[in-house]
Amino acid sequence: MATLKELSMKDELLCGGHRACAGCAAPIAIRQALAAVDTDVVVGCATGCLEVTTTIYPYTAWNVPFIHSAFENSAATISGVETAYRALKKRGKIKRDIQFIAIGGDGGTYDIGLQSLSGAMERGHDMVYICYDNQAYMNTGIQRSSATPKGASTTTSPTGSAIPAGKVQIRKDLTEIMAAHHIPYAAQGAPSHWKDFMRKVKKALAVEGPAFINVLSPCRLGWRFDPAETIDIMRLAVSTCFWPLYEIENGVVKVNQKPRDKRPVREWLEKQGRFRHLFAPENEGLLEEIQKDIDDNWNRLLAREAMA
Amino acid sequence: MQNKAGIGTRTKLMQGNEACALGAIAAGVRFFAGYPITPSTEIAEDLSALLPRVGGKFIQMEDEIASISAVIGASLTGTKSLTATSGPGFSLKQESIGFAAIAEIPCVIVNVMRVGPSTGVPTAPSQADVMQARWGTHGDHPVVVLCPSSVAETYTLIIEAFNISEKWRIPVVFLMDEGIGHMREKIEIPNSDELKIIDRVRPVCNPNDYLPFDADKGDGTVPPMADFGTGYRYHLTGLTHDKTGFPTTQRPEVDALIRRLNSKMDKAKQEVTFIDEVLMDDADIVVFAYGISARAGARAVREARESGISAGLLKTKTLWPFPDEYVEEIASQVKAIIVPEMNMGQLVLEVERAVKGRTKVISLTRVDAEPISPDEILSALKGV
Repeated sequence: MATLKELSMKDELLCGGHRACAGCAAPIAIRQALAAVDTDVVVGCATGCLEVTTTIYPYTAWNVPFIHSAFENSAATISGVETAYRALKKRGKIKRDIQFIAIGGDGGTYDIGLQSLSGAMERGHDMVYICYDNQAYMNTGIQRSSATPKGASTTTSPTGSAIPAGKVQIRKDLTEIMAAHHIPYAAQGAPSHWKDFMRKVKKALAVEGPAFINVLSPCRLGWRFDPAETIDIMRLAVSTCFWPLYEIENGVVKVNQKPRDKRPVREWLEKQGRFRHLFAPENEGLLEEIQKDIDDNWNRLLAREAMA
Repeated sequence: MQNKAGIGTRTKLMQGNEACALGAIAAGVRFFAGYPITPSTEIAEDLSALLPRVGGKFIQMEDEIASISAVIGASLTGTKSLTATSGPGFSLKQESIGFAAIAEIPCVIVNVMRVGPSTGVPTAPSQADVMQARWGTHGDHPVVVLCPSSVAETYTLIIEAFNISEKWRIPVVFLMDEGIGHMREKIEIPNSDELKIIDRVRPVCNPNDYLPFDADKGDGTVPPMADFGTGYRYHLTGLTHDKTGFPTTQRPEVDALIRRLNSKMDKAKQEVTFIDEVLMDDADIVVFAYGISARAGARAVREARESGISAGLLKTKTLWPFPDEYVEEIASQVKAIIVPEMNMGQLVLEVERAVKGRTKVISLTRVDAEPISPDEILSALKGV
């Protein structure tokens, strides 16, 4: 792995001047991912914050071939490009090595794009799909998605007198759904732990066949926190075990970060405006439920690792 | 005074999308399923807060197809159900709109039009989905399409949309546009006792004798509709079916079903035709307009009068079934009909069909994502 100093001297493949909000984690995550690529790379991106803020015509922040087609088909698009590449390579029309990365937000991955993602994984394309999970539809103005955690207030799961909890459903465990495709590599990362994340991207690119990485991407507007705290919020998500850093390689589970001092989830929740209502007395029980869900998931994950 | 949703009856300033959500609640909507898409998202946002307060349900689904499917399912249980979307989402919903048409399931689909095709200009108005609203799904099918031109009209017209949908067991497309959806205007929210609300006719026979698609009683057009879960068990399918609801490919039965479904358009035409006449009494040049373009039309007509031109405005809130007989009658009384539209000229084709050459029809189009201005219509009026 390159040192930070060496990385800082690499050309940026997603360069500055884009219009993502100050404190947005998505470009941080993608810059780290692209810094881990050593060959030529083609990137596809679903409709969403990242696509909109980096490609406002006539500008583009991408120093790589970049394709956006629609909301639901980033995985399908890149699987097509990868197939074309294989066909051309077979005929000797392309000699060099090229990697293929499809990107989507949680809306474009967990929800509307799940079908095309599942298809691409099942067909076995040699590609990496990276979901930057900011846990709601931030591009259209903070509507809940199936990645929104239980208890979060969004514009379509607002907290109020009838439903004080905000979102009442638990979030979908997409990393496990992807792992259930028995692809060679699936992982969860966070740009706060950049070495771990970049190592995962390298591994995902290196395996033959499809790989999936779910990367946590705090949104200062939707989660409502001070933009200077993006990285701290991510660290807390990891140290509370809300967002375990782990990987599943050929079916073998490995937990990459085991917090020495596992923090209570309320420390992470209370930093975010979207959870403010949870600290009202009537939501006390809900806080306990959320803590219990996290503990259960964490223990299950450790048990699975131990089994391997 | 407060109605059940906690909404006062006083004068308010609000967006068209908000008026759509409030009007839907007043119409009796208690179920909404949708998916975020600009410029319609506020309808979903508002209903996510309003519906729980009146005992209704809001669901955000994983995509547009799932949203219309959920609406169809909810309506089958007897609940008035709504979905709202815009261009690309409206395209995704088309197959299921056809299902609602053949299975005769009341539902309202709001399409807040933006510039297309494809992603187009998501944040700017358009009127280019007029033909898609009528013919977006395949096969001969009935569908009523309404189009408001102000925030206040959005409120009252969405109620009519539900009344029509319930009475005729027909999908109704409610065509707003980004301008009407996001514009803020004054609106007087009517008292609920001033509103006429229609509910679907339910069967009164013994459940064992229920034939779900038997329209022979009544006017022979609309069979009574049982709520799922009330003991009236029946089979529902997108295949052509007979009176029992079971599939059939028998030629006379297929023919009878398709003809009966489509007869709804003719039979309902009179009562679902909403046209406002402005300065029409002595008009010899007519602006025929709808939606946001009708607003520019109204001003152009007033200004034309000031310069001595006998202009009038026909503002239609019903696009389909197209009010052809009405237009035909007007045609014989006027020198010209000007049709301003924010598209390449869609509804003007229907005007030409109805006019049958009796008068001059002038198409005025604008497709640069800006509303048609009164001046453009005025110069067309002066040019006649």
